[in-house]
Amino acid sequence: MKVFLLLFGLLVLGSGEGAAQSRYFTRTGHIWIFSETPIENIEAHNKAVSSFISFDTGEMVFSVPMKSFEFRKSLMQEHFNENYVESDKFPKGSFKGNIVNIQSVDFKKDGVYPVKVSGTLTIHGVSRPVTADGTLDVKGNRIGAKSTFTITPQEYNIEIPLLVRAHVAKIIQINVDLQYDPFIAKQ
Amino acid sequence: MQQINFLFLVFVFCGVLLRAQPALAQDDDLMKLAEAADSTNRSQSFTTATFKGTRVITGHSVQTNAQKELVFLISHRFGTLNSGAYNFFGLDNSVIRLALEYGLTDNLNIGVGRSSYEKTFDGFVKYRFLRQQDGGWSRPVTAVLFGSTALNSLRPANPEQDIMFKSRLTYTAQLLIARKFNQNLSLQLSPTWIHRNLVPTRADESDVYALGISGRHKLTKRTSFNAEYFYLLPGYTADTYTNALSFSFDIETGGHVFQLLFSNSIGMIEKNLITNNTGEWGQGDIYFGFNISRVFDLDKSRKMEGKKY
Repeated sequence: MKVFLLLFGLLVLGSGEGAAQSRYFTRTGHIWIFSETPIENIEAHNKAVSSFISFDTGEMVFSVPMKSFEFRKSLMQEHFNENYVESDKFPKGSFKGNIVNIQSVDFKKDGVYPVKVSGTLTIHGVSRPVTADGTLDVKGNRIGAKSTFTITPQEYNIEIPLLVRAHVAKIIQINVDLQYDPFIAKQ
Repeated sequence: MQQINFLFLVFVFCGVLLRAQPALAQDDDLMKLAEAADSTNRSQSFTTATFKGTRVITGHSVQTNAQKELVFLISHRFGTLNSGAYNFFGLDNSVIRLALEYGLTDNLNIGVGRSSYEKTFDGFVKYRFLRQQDGGWSRPVTAVLFGSTALNSLRPANPEQDIMFKSRLTYTAQLLIARKFNQNLSLQLSPTWIHRNLVPTRADESDVYALGISGRHKLTKRTSFNAEYFYLLPGYTADTYTNALSFSFDIETGGHVFQLLFSNSIGMIEKNLITNNTGEWGQGDIYFGFNISRVFDLDKSRKMEGKKY
């Protein structure tokens, strides 16, 4: 009977360990892009970004449906999808990387932690290494993530035609703002 | 005791299984999970850019302007190429149509225009009631109802003669059905009914029916080749007049669309294009022309600056 109790105890403890959540996700993540020129500011918002973080490994992934970017002018949106990112050919942008300083984040303690993320950003079928600074905001069971970084369209083989070159900035700012919830895998 | 031991083993086994499952899930690729969860898998999106402008060439396309978008359209048709070097192969003569088209909603557009040909004013309403969705055949086509009225404001040839206002009017009703088959190819069918309140002779028909077939094929990201043909259904009009056939080359630059075109028709509205066309390609009655459309966005409230996200 002693053995039984001991093993039962181990079992319960063990299960408890297994249930601990280490992966967080969102499928309504908000990413917006911003281009500023003296002629015109262009802004597009995407609130259908799906993203996962694993706190065991610090791994972080994003899947961005390109057609979900909303522009103020419907014509801009059409041009963005048809001419620039070619959403029919390349429907998704993605990021796959790691939180470099994952050890410095205490997920049990509320607070805002500065983080550094580095990985591969894929847009328009072109993959390039990207490093960005951001923050993780731990609030109980919810984790907010924010970051701002820049890319250039040229790096991703996106050619801006001569006639509208003055309207589109050479450097595009990308803002990330997500709220993660614990992820429970379907059994 | 034996029994308890057995039960206990089952417990342990279940426990191991329960723990093993999340462990297995942990191993799979996060990227695959993210891709499976994003919105591209949930909702089908509307097909965009079936045609580049609100016109295929001269006839209307299924494209409508978004809400509070204004299009200014300038159309030119020069004279026929066979008019000789003295007329600079038609460039000395030109007719022009100026038009404004406006989106009341994304699906409902209105427009007005004025052609120098027969000093015609026209107004139209366009309503998109079905919109194609990407992928699959659940909503395979975009469909639009089009109705227009044209007013011929020419003074009567004989000043003594008085033409009643309603006799100057012509009505057009069209059903436009188009499908974007792939990134490059879009085709449209446009069954057309034109009613003329006054016709020149007793033999002329008041009601004319035609079937339009048109298409667009993209050549590069910003250029395309378009073709448009209106087939007159058998009748007096079909025997007397010719079917309109036009080809165009479109260049798109930001908010502008330039269309360079060749057509056997000088008409820029339906009644002149379809029911009143005399030019024949074989005879060299080819009109060179162009359309320029410029889109203005009038919705200031849609500005995103300062909007809370």
